[in-house]
Amino acid sequence: MTVSIISAGFQTTVQDCGRIGLRKFGVTPGGALDPISLRLANLLVGNLECTAGLECVSGRLRLRFHDERILAWSGGEFEVRVGDNLVPILHCARVSTDIEILPQRGGRAWLAISGGINVPKILGSRATDLRAHFGGLEGRALRDGDELPLGAESELCARVRDEIPDHVSDWSAPRFVGRGKPLRIIRGKNWDDNIGAKLLAQKFRVAMNSDRMGLRLEGEEIASANRRELVSEAVTPGTIQLPPSGAPVVLLQGCQTIGGYPKIAHVITVDLGYAAQLQPLDEVRFELIELEEAHQLLRKREREIALFRAGLEARFG
Amino acid sequence: MKIDALGDSALIINLADEISDSSGLLARVLSAAATIEGAKLPGVVDVTSSYESVAVFFDLPQVEPDIEDKIHVLIASAGVRVSGKKRRVQIPVCYDEEFALDLDRVANHTSLAPDAIVALHSSAEYTVACIGFMPGFPFLAGLPQPLHVPRLESPRTKVLAGSVAIANAQAGVYPLESPGGWNVLGRTPLQLFRVNESPPTLLRPGDCVQFRRITRAQFDVFEQ
Repeated sequence: MTVSIISAGFQTTVQDCGRIGLRKFGVTPGGALDPISLRLANLLVGNLECTAGLECVSGRLRLRFHDERILAWSGGEFEVRVGDNLVPILHCARVSTDIEILPQRGGRAWLAISGGINVPKILGSRATDLRAHFGGLEGRALRDGDELPLGAESELCARVRDEIPDHVSDWSAPRFVGRGKPLRIIRGKNWDDNIGAKLLAQKFRVAMNSDRMGLRLEGEEIASANRRELVSEAVTPGTIQLPPSGAPVVLLQGCQTIGGYPKIAHVITVDLGYAAQLQPLDEVRFELIELEEAHQLLRKREREIALFRAGLEARFG
Repeated sequence: MKIDALGDSALIINLADEISDSSGLLARVLSAAATIEGAKLPGVVDVTSSYESVAVFFDLPQVEPDIEDKIHVLIASAGVRVSGKKRRVQIPVCYDEEFALDLDRVANHTSLAPDAIVALHSSAEYTVACIGFMPGFPFLAGLPQPLHVPRLESPRTKVLAGSVAIANAQAGVYPLESPGGWNVLGRTPLQLFRVNESPPTLLRPGDCVQFRRITRAQFDVFEQ
């Protein structure tokens, strides 16, 4: 079975949880910019957490199904319509014809479909690497008229479907991401108090040339005592680099594997989902926390997801 | 050995304080990375290395609380493994004008004739320090001093796959089409990144690399 892309929107891509363990080949983990949103949407429809779904950015996305599937979505402020029904965020719905996904305030949204999107795995993942042009559908964003293969549904999907009354579920998954909060950071190895003061004191604006690799920030220039490039070494999603221009860059899931600019700070993992919602011209602030607290927050988040998963298994398993 | 947090789900271990010569340091780094990878510590999902450091990535809830101590002990005991034979890889390069977009720029910076630049570039022996920036891109140490030329003032929006390039003390090859700011000296018909092969890269850290000059006709034959 396939799903037909009637209207592809802008920069819609197939994404899963990305390629793990391949950094030594220069291959970025990539995958959904907010893996937690994709994982929750997948759990809702009865898929394994890291099943491939769609990452929606902007523009109107219209999909046509040819068999009955279950959908769920998470992420930013979008309107998802199945016929006359709205599908609220982090609920699931039955669909057998067309659905429409329209950005409201927008950001990014992740759509999970029962059975998942069954494009070939490349280097262990179905994620689209737009920069290296592989994975997903032919290594590119979707276009009008594309057909995406869908996988077979699990037994769990069937049991979830049987419980959905009137198209939309009366249960939902926990929502973690909220707009307007500062991004929490921890110190990077090239942090110093002058850089830190400048980073924490101001509101930055997200620059137009931001993408899946990183958020380029505009604001008052951060002067750095050490302007020379350092020896290139590993960077990771969340790393805040300070290039010689003095304008920081927050690396996102699609970032390169190594970099030579000073690493002044890191956005904590649980806030990367919020970073993924930021769009050009949005404003953002930072708040400093300690590494220990970042670890506690991440453990707590994973416990909450495990609890939700256990709840679903108890109900449908 | 200096261990720093790289965000909340990785550690980066710098070994530059142990060895001052760069080839010895690279051998030490590769040995440390291989040891950590081989130890299969619970929760460790990726290990990578560059010139003077090893980075260890983990899935936090799966990690044991003493992971930093364990890494310290493993690396301290890793030593410098003397691997038997270095892999040697020859990379054919066509330096014709059509491909050598920045030969004139490099000539201006170095006051060397184009032929002398090509001779220097293709006679040196390089070591792959790391793979990164993009899939399969080798950072090569060993560029002869006279060829050290800064990056372009403004990067090209499009550098073609196979472009052989230099920047400052480094040499490299673009495996895929991408934006880039290095000085392009020629092009290789070899594919450095192949998604359907295992491993997916032609080169690995520690490999010994030489460039070999080929003609345009040989380039076309290779490509087929």
